[in-house]
Amino acid sequence: MKPLTLADLAAILREVAGEDETTPLEGDFADVPFSDLGYDSIAVLEMAARLSRDYGVHLSDDDVLGPATPRQVLELAGSETEPAP
Amino acid sequence: MTATGTFETGVNAAEVHGARRDEAAASGTTVITGIGVVAPNGLGVADYWAATLEGRSGIGRITRFDPARYPVRLAGEISGFVPADHLPGRLIPQTDHMTRLALVAADEALRDAGLRQDAQPEYGVGVVTAAGAGGFEFGHRELEKLWRDGPEHVSAYQSFAWFYAVNTGQISIRHGFRGPSGVLVSDQAGGLDAIAQARRHVRGGLPAVVTGAVDGSLCPWGWVAQVSTGQLSRATDPASAYRPFDADASGFVPGEGGAILIAEDAAAAAARGARVHGRVLGYAATFDRRPRPGAPTSPFGLRRAIELALADAGRAPGDIDVIFADGAGVPDLDRAEAQALAAVFGPRSVPVCVPKTMTGRLCAGAGPLDVAAALLSIRDGLVPPAVHVRPDPGHRLDLVTGEPRPLRVRNALVVARGARGFNSAIVVGAPA
Repeated sequence: MKPLTLADLAAILREVAGEDETTPLEGDFADVPFSDLGYDSIAVLEMAARLSRDYGVHLSDDDVLGPATPRQVLELAGSETEPAP
Repeated sequence: MTATGTFETGVNAAEVHGARRDEAAASGTTVITGIGVVAPNGLGVADYWAATLEGRSGIGRITRFDPARYPVRLAGEISGFVPADHLPGRLIPQTDHMTRLALVAADEALRDAGLRQDAQPEYGVGVVTAAGAGGFEFGHRELEKLWRDGPEHVSAYQSFAWFYAVNTGQISIRHGFRGPSGVLVSDQAGGLDAIAQARRHVRGGLPAVVTGAVDGSLCPWGWVAQVSTGQLSRATDPASAYRPFDADASGFVPGEGGAILIAEDAAAAAARGARVHGRVLGYAATFDRRPRPGAPTSPFGLRRAIELALADAGRAPGDIDVIFADGAGVPDLDRAEAQALAAVFGPRSVPVCVPKTMTGRLCAGAGPLDVAAALLSIRDGLVPPAVHVRPDPGHRLDLVTGEPRPLRVRNALVVARGARGFNSAIVVGAPA
């Protein structure tokens, strides 16, 4: 299974839940909670489903809901956090 | 496509009233202060109305999917609509096509009305729309993924993107409207029923309600559901496919679109200096009894709805200047409607127009789009023509065809019928 990067996470979020100009997934957003990035609970669950399907990373609802951040998800997935390109 | 009913959320209008507004301040009159249109022959009020007066039709061969293997191949599609030009990227993956259209229509209506949540009480604006099928195209795609790729490929947004109330919810969320909200599901009659429910909320003390409907399910799944009714035209020439009240009527063409309207209490609208398009004067709905097998459709239920709407409006048949007909295009239903109109108004006594001959039948979106056209007829003193129709003299209707007819319109009747017995009628009038 391929290692998961912050850029992968950004790509998944863009694909499953879209992106707009208000909170773009650029620069260092690894510590910004998903909710502050503008993604609601359904978007985050959608992301988790994609991680399970494409990366073999199986996260619980509690892992990704609430105050979860991209960094926490990457750490749970056992991947290093790298800046997005 | 068969479920009917209402889904209501939010606080009771009367509670809002008591908590927030002086009882004496409510006028009891509901006015329309904003119009937004998305139609196959025009995106936006200006384009739609120009096309409608010119008799320009939006009906053509389906492009959204390949209709070659279906017995019905024409529809009223909205072409040239690019969602990303109108809506934020976050809304695209979670919305059906018709919800995107509804959001764009709501934006136009709210701009037109100059209505914004930040100038309104927190629970002061509700949203009441109507839906015929929900987000079928979205659901169709997700069902394909389910069977082709497995359940883990189905979008979580399917949970609400298909739902009847989704347009109400998305409009509410986008604009922060937290007043009493809901959705009416009564097939093609639903759009008028939604406006009536908005009027109930306004009478209960709510300052404003976003209402109307945008509908459409032009996807293979939605298509088979509609084709199976047996009421769709199998013609392949757009000029002869949908001809209500014509001796050669052979069914109807479905379309997508509708109108979103801003309904406000007259006093609240006046207090903020809003421009008024017209008043909602009266409304009624009836439901047909189960027909005997093989018997012709009875005009009674529709006639009753019209009579009750006139009574509710305090208007006599002679006060009605123009009728926007349901225009099913199905001979048996055309005959029943013509009989109902002749019974109430007398033969050939009131001009009848069917602008939906240029859009196809828009299910829940049809009634509100006709109300928009009625308000524009009041504004301009012009009644749009029905296209492609040679009126059957046996129907005894003064059908407006060919050119728009100059007419001073003070009161207009709009009629809408839904499958299996829904009849609704609404009377709108010129600004006071």
